[in-house]
Amino acid sequence: MSLHILFFASLADISGMRETYLDAAGFTDVQSVFEKFVKDFPALAAYRASILSAVNSEFARPESPVHDGDEIAFFPPVSGG
Amino acid sequence: MFQLVREPIDIRKITDGIQSPEDGAVLVFEGVVRNNAKGKAVRFLEYDAYEPMALKKLEEIGFLARREFEIRDMAIVHRLGHMEIGECSTVIVVASAHRGPAFDACRFAINKIKEIVPIWKKEFYEDGEVWIEGAP
Repeated sequence: MSLHILFFASLADISGMRETYLDAAGFTDVQSVFEKFVKDFPALAAYRASILSAVNSEFARPESPVHDGDEIAFFPPVSGG
Repeated sequence: MFQLVREPIDIRKITDGIQSPEDGAVLVFEGVVRNNAKGKAVRFLEYDAYEPMALKKLEEIGFLARREFEIRDMAIVHRLGHMEIGECSTVIVVASAHRGPAFDACRFAINKIKEIVPIWKKEFYEDGEVWIEGAP
């Protein structure tokens, strides 16, 4: 099992991917997952203050726990309508 | 009725589907693609979404609107993908006995869409393109 990670809009452009899978071991919360990707893609650091996240399609907070099999999405503030 | 679509939105189909004999007001809001943003000429837009969550949030807005306002029903359809100037990106239809709650519920819904529904627009200009982050 693993974490299913999704990126949208500018975050997909920065990471160069819309989705990836991550071994869940060592990740406890949303923040720990995001920081792993900041290491891989330093430009993501600029989004630390504004980024939104969701776990299994519901808004999450940095301290929200993550579990094996979760779908975790990262995205900028929304601009639909 | 809450939908994400990739083709032009058929507004008449939505209003026909929602209207019922007890309604005295059927209100339609259309969000359309504007040819300018912050003083820059916009050529066209593209919308992207986290689709399962976006649909869930549209349904949630409908639920909240029906709970909060004296309306009978609401439908929201948001189009995704490429859209030209003047095309309709969002349609909200509210059906109610009286006009007041319909206007209030419609304003509530479009404001909530711009706050909690994971959809993003990308503006294409003569000299580049930018993902819009956050709604005014």
